[in-house]
Amino acid sequence: MDSLVILIAVLVLAGFVGYTVISKVPNTLHTPLMSGTNAIHGIVVLGGLLLMAESSGFLEKLLLVIAVAFGTINVVGGFLVTDRMLEMFKGKRREEPAAAPKPDGSEGS
Amino acid sequence: MTALGTVFLQTKDFIYAAYIVAFALLIYGMTGLTGPKTAVRGNKIAAVGMAIAVVATLLREHEFSGSGTVWLILLGVVIGTAVGVPAALKVRMTAMPQMVALFNGVGGGAVALIAWIEFRHHFGGGYPLRVEIFELFGAIVGSISFWGSNIAFGKLQEILPSRPIKLPGRAQTVVNVGLFLVAVASAIVLSSGTHSQALFILGILVVSAILGNLVVLPIGGADMPVVISLLNAFTGLSAAATGVGLDNPVMIVAGMIVGASGTILTNLMAKAMNRSVPAIVAGGFGGEVSAPVSASSDGRSYRSTSAQDVAIQLAYARQVVVAPGYGMAVAQAQHAVRALEKALEAKGVIVKYAIHPVAGRMPGHMNVLLAEADVPYDLLREMDDINPEFPRTDVTLVIGANDVTNPAAESDPGSPIYGMPSLEVDRSAAVVVLKRSMASGFAGIDNPLFYDPKTSMLFGDAKASVTELTAEVQAL
Repeated sequence: MDSLVILIAVLVLAGFVGYTVISKVPNTLHTPLMSGTNAIHGIVVLGGLLLMAESSGFLEKLLLVIAVAFGTINVVGGFLVTDRMLEMFKGKRREEPAAAPKPDGSEGS
Repeated sequence: MTALGTVFLQTKDFIYAAYIVAFALLIYGMTGLTGPKTAVRGNKIAAVGMAIAVVATLLREHEFSGSGTVWLILLGVVIGTAVGVPAALKVRMTAMPQMVALFNGVGGGAVALIAWIEFRHHFGGGYPLRVEIFELFGAIVGSISFWGSNIAFGKLQEILPSRPIKLPGRAQTVVNVGLFLVAVASAIVLSSGTHSQALFILGILVVSAILGNLVVLPIGGADMPVVISLLNAFTGLSAAATGVGLDNPVMIVAGMIVGASGTILTNLMAKAMNRSVPAIVAGGFGGEVSAPVSASSDGRSYRSTSAQDVAIQLAYARQVVVAPGYGMAVAQAQHAVRALEKALEAKGVIVKYAIHPVAGRMPGHMNVLLAEADVPYDLLREMDDINPEFPRTDVTLVIGANDVTNPAAESDPGSPIYGMPSLEVDRSAAVVVLKRSMASGFAGIDNPLFYDPKTSMLFGDAKASVTELTAEVQAL
């Protein structure tokens, strides 16, 4: 079978799996769900890793470093923040930093 | 490790097997999110799945070791970690919506950049059209998501005004549709082969970027829960599309899970507001209505009260329901509310929380804040469970919520939010509204609840008011 066909089959099946799994998440956990899935789409970092090897020229390398950095922020930040939130749902007290600096916007590219 | 072992670990089969383990863990981790007790573990399992996917991908890099690739990757990872970790550890729970918007944005930005590089590699043909379609989808949607999320972040962080910013009349819709068509047309031209591919892919990214800005700017802060989940779905779908382009199954599965989750949440939020997703994306909600905010000009009067009076009301009630809204988040009043709840419980009062699905700025926003303040989650009641309880409730305390408690949603067909399911707080014996002033809610919609004879208003900062209430209750 054509590999593209297989990939599209995976795409469709994964959509249904995602729908089924996520439908069962209660309202209470919607914010952690959102930030958890948010971390998961940081999987695009793999794209950056794969392309880095093939890249040539300063521009491409620069853009890919940015892409990898973006993806890493997405993954690492997403999972950590979700973990922090979920610990609260467990009812365990943790020290909350009283006045946190605002997250810095990393919109540069 | 022996040379043979190294070679085995770097075969395509091994890497693909690792990918399968990775996405199985991602899915298994997500199933853990169905309950508060298993959720922490679920999230960690998903993180392990992600780590396996990254390591497996790096195994492939042997082909180019020595070309500096490893260092560049490391550089990106270090920068990302240096930015992401402190942000995630320091962000306050009240700032969670903008944090999610920001993380979502960088994800979308990564997708757009990757799609761009992919195209640069395949200039001059040699790439099948059907794969290009997925990549162009990734480029357009990723770019929209990046810029849209940044605007959403700006609005939530109050760098940008959170009121709708839009062109007059239908011009905005025309411009947006036009830009979208330009992006799609460029994509078609690009994939059918042209001499200036470098220009076209850049054009697509720029047009999508403008579109992302223009789509989110007109959307008001109250609609942010919908926008954030929609953009989350977009980034997920674009990541999945990039996965098809790169022949990478784990990206497809992960992206689709996010796409599905974002789609479900978007629909839930839109349903909770009784509005369609396209209507929300069209934006401008409340913009026209808010112009003449005539709070009390039509002779209606409201009753202002004092913390002492409310404390007596509360302490002698049998059941009190707290209806929190975005105002509680802004005032950071969740811990004070929890203290009040405990003081009331010590007096034998039953306290419950009424959680409207779109209260706050993201799905489940109130739940997170109250969980942070250690409120047991069995006290949190969803709208459908709590509405039948209001007639049995002595006092309902509305803290920084407005539109979600608006009785006009049920009774006034002329109201812009008519038909939106709301918390029926006006059915309780008495209502106390904690509010800064008589200004109308975010959507700029007048709330008849405030003029109800049963309602009394306690003006001031929510945190200060609740703290005062607690002290008064304890003194009784």
